[in-house]
Amino acid sequence: MPLVKNGAPAEDLFTTVADDAALPDGPVLVSAERFLKEADTLVARNGEIGVLWPNARDVAELKPYLSRLSVVALTFPKFRDGRAYSQARLLRERYGFKGELRAVGNVLRDQALMMARAGFDAFAFEKAADAEAFNTALATYSHFYQPTGDGRATARDVRVAHAGVAPVEG
Amino acid sequence: MYVYDEFDRAFLQERVAEFRDQVERRLAGELNEEEFKPLRLMNGVYLQLHAYMLRVCIPYGTLSARQLRAMAAVARKYDRGYGHFTTRQNIQFNWIKLAELPDAMADLAEVGIHGIQTSGNCIRNTTTDPWAGAAADEVEDPRLYAEVIRQWSTLHPEFTYLPRKFKIAITAAKHDRAAIRVHDVGLRLYKRDGKTGFEVSVGGGLGRSPYIGKTIRDFLPEEDLLSYLEAILRTYNLGGRRDNIYKARIKIQVHEMGAEAFAQKVEAEWAEIRDGALKLDKAALDAIRDRFLNPALEELEDAPAVLAAALADPDFARWHANSVAPHKAKGHAIVTLSLKPVGAPPGDATADQMDAIADLADQYAYGEIRVAHEQNLTLPYVRQKDLPALWAKLKAIGVATPNVGLISDIIACPGLDYCSLANARSIPVAQKLTERFADDARIADIGRLHLNISGCINACGHHHVGHIGILGVEKKDEEFFQITLGGKGNSKARIGELIGPAVSEGEVVDVVERLVETYLDLRTSPAETFIAAVQRLGTDPFKERAYAPR
Repeated sequence: MPLVKNGAPAEDLFTTVADDAALPDGPVLVSAERFLKEADTLVARNGEIGVLWPNARDVAELKPYLSRLSVVALTFPKFRDGRAYSQARLLRERYGFKGELRAVGNVLRDQALMMARAGFDAFAFEKAADAEAFNTALATYSHFYQPTGDGRATARDVRVAHAGVAPVEG
Repeated sequence: MYVYDEFDRAFLQERVAEFRDQVERRLAGELNEEEFKPLRLMNGVYLQLHAYMLRVCIPYGTLSARQLRAMAAVARKYDRGYGHFTTRQNIQFNWIKLAELPDAMADLAEVGIHGIQTSGNCIRNTTTDPWAGAAADEVEDPRLYAEVIRQWSTLHPEFTYLPRKFKIAITAAKHDRAAIRVHDVGLRLYKRDGKTGFEVSVGGGLGRSPYIGKTIRDFLPEEDLLSYLEAILRTYNLGGRRDNIYKARIKIQVHEMGAEAFAQKVEAEWAEIRDGALKLDKAALDAIRDRFLNPALEELEDAPAVLAAALADPDFARWHANSVAPHKAKGHAIVTLSLKPVGAPPGDATADQMDAIADLADQYAYGEIRVAHEQNLTLPYVRQKDLPALWAKLKAIGVATPNVGLISDIIACPGLDYCSLANARSIPVAQKLTERFADDARIADIGRLHLNISGCINACGHHHVGHIGILGVEKKDEEFFQITLGGKGNSKARIGELIGPAVSEGEVVDVVERLVETYLDLRTSPAETFIAAVQRLGTDPFKERAYAPR
């Protein structure tokens, strides 16, 4: 699964570990159940830790651990299932998560910009062609109507800066 | 009306380019139909029974003459020379080729028109009063807020893949002409202690489980409109059902949680974001308000002599009584153009009619046209002294049938003639009904009566809120029609009651006529409307007559 991180192809350094398997050395990605059950030992462990968080579970449960989590992977079982967009914004904008926010599952280029605007910075694409087209996909729009936590300038920013310019028909 | 600025125009061009690329990738096989479908839907493109259909957004139903001419041009160039105005204040073109869609969209984008979010599980076109800015009973022009919502909801990164579609309606008048209580969110603008704000209702909707929306906030100050909507949408996006398409609308979430529990969740979410980046301070509102160019109306007197003289003509007088409404400015009037001539599909207009209406709007109505959810058009700024001349010209192009608000002003979905979801053909039933009720004097005597027809339970023809509702169903491969009575779509919205077994296509017009005769026989006076009589008498006397053995 081709991973794009911070706008560039990246090697996935995280090993996804099954709930009943022993933890290998190095960065690991575990399920939400396992993480919450073993959280104290997992975050104390020498090695980066990430969690695969289902889209039906409240991300507020992660609050106590966010500063010690390297990756939160949010899932799109189908790209039409958009719950993880809300989860991503909550993690970034309300709970201040600074680590990698990874989109996993049915991740396609046509949604990449929306994901980025919601706070994702890593994308596990299904198709290699989509990973290659990532930067093109992100440049599809340069104009955004609504604010999110991504810092992109919005219509309001532009307009308030140009206030007082009279409208012309056309 | 709102005038696009460079920001809006640049955005729209980016959108057209994006869709062009998506169509090319679909045609090249890089996108499969499953991947392409939600993308095309989000641009208003459906695959119907016979062809692709393009649904074009008319933001809160407001069009310039120039935009209407662009619609006419698209109808001629890419379609079969006509368009269909919908109950969502939009227009649909039914015969467009996929490969030509990006060109049609680019043509429309030239005049600031598009199909963005007219379909798909996202926030749809916000609808409002077609008389907004002109109505005599209006508190404030609601279009400012509809435009604020349009901008906030356009390609909202968090709310584009919701459990299901999401419709917001807003009214600012005493009389609700936007049917806000049957929308996912209904906003009623009013003033409290001099401050503008909204009563907010959620969870209304028709379809197979009709609900009337419940108020979750009595008064929301205007500056908090977007943060509150964002809180509602987030609560829905995270908690709405996704396991069953028929239970995925917010009305089911509100119903299952209970309106109070839902409101608490929204309020808790709102408390976190209300003082954030979505706050609509004066600068933010003014930046949008300043882009509304409203006509500078002349100072005129009511009831000019030329109008008084014209009223001596009974035909003109009938049309005037039926299709002309009071204006907030003296000497002006609001004129409704009936798209319901006898024998024609409700809501259709030909390219020639659209061009002619655009010319008349330029000549008589400051170049502005509105689409009403009843599938008629409105000229909101007409000088009363121009009414006789305007009437003659409207009559000449077939849009002056004096049936606005009467039994032949039928709301109907496209039905099985076009739609891949339908069980039955709505249009032929509507056509036959307009033929049965073709006598202008007779329908005027029957008075106000809303008759709505849906070709299936998805209820695009709003049959639940028709005074008489007709719903097409399929029985053993044949088309049958259920009849409901007593529905209402206004501020006292209620769902109509099913009066008995479905009837065949051959019987439906007779049954409607018997319902009408029952009313005429039992009304206390002509002042008692059909719906008032149904409410006073209950449905029993109507049922008995409708199904009486003959």
